[in-house]
Amino acid sequence: MLNLLLLAALAILAVSGFLVLLRIVSGPTLPDRVVAIDLMGVLIVGFVVVSAAATGSYFFLDIAIVIALISFVGTVAYARYIEMGEAEEE
Amino acid sequence: MREIIAGLLVFAGALLALLAAVGVLRLPDVFTRMQSSTKASTLGLGLLLGGLVLLHPSTEFVIRAGSIAAFIMLTVPVSAHVIARAAARTGAPLWIGTTVDERPFEERDDGGHGA
Repeated sequence: MLNLLLLAALAILAVSGFLVLLRIVSGPTLPDRVVAIDLMGVLIVGFVVVSAAATGSYFFLDIAIVIALISFVGTVAYARYIEMGEAEEE
Repeated sequence: MREIIAGLLVFAGALLALLAAVGVLRLPDVFTRMQSSTKASTLGLGLLLGGLVLLHPSTEFVIRAGSIAAFIMLTVPVSAHVIARAAARTGAPLWIGTTVDERPFEERDDGGHGA
């Protein structure tokens, strides 16, 4: 029962990652893609957390912390890039 | 019994992540997509971590899960605000049904002639 629930959670996370990937591919503007990439980082952290729950190994959680950190820094860098690129055009 | 509750928490967290993904795919403009993404992702990841802690209530799991939860709760609103500010300043198009646009005229995508 527990393994079934964890497997179902992994499958749902994979499906939602696919939906977010569709938005990353088709997003009409750059901020749309950045929002989708940010959500993709959170989904990957969730995937790693469910993997840690399924295997019982806490080393996965260190990876989740690092992915969350890099995702945040990347999002802030993308946002700065969007603003600066617009400022240089004017 | 405790394992079943933990599994249900993880399942609910995955469902909230799916809700965030559907919202990002289906909502009409950047700002509504961001609203769906941040709210569902913080609560969804919180439920996933709660299920994990309930399943493995030992020190190393609790400390790491708590630090992940604190970090996500701190950074997701900050990054959402930064993207929203960048999108608003570069004149991201709004949904056609938006009734209030508080940006100055020169920052709008249509030069201030529309709604």
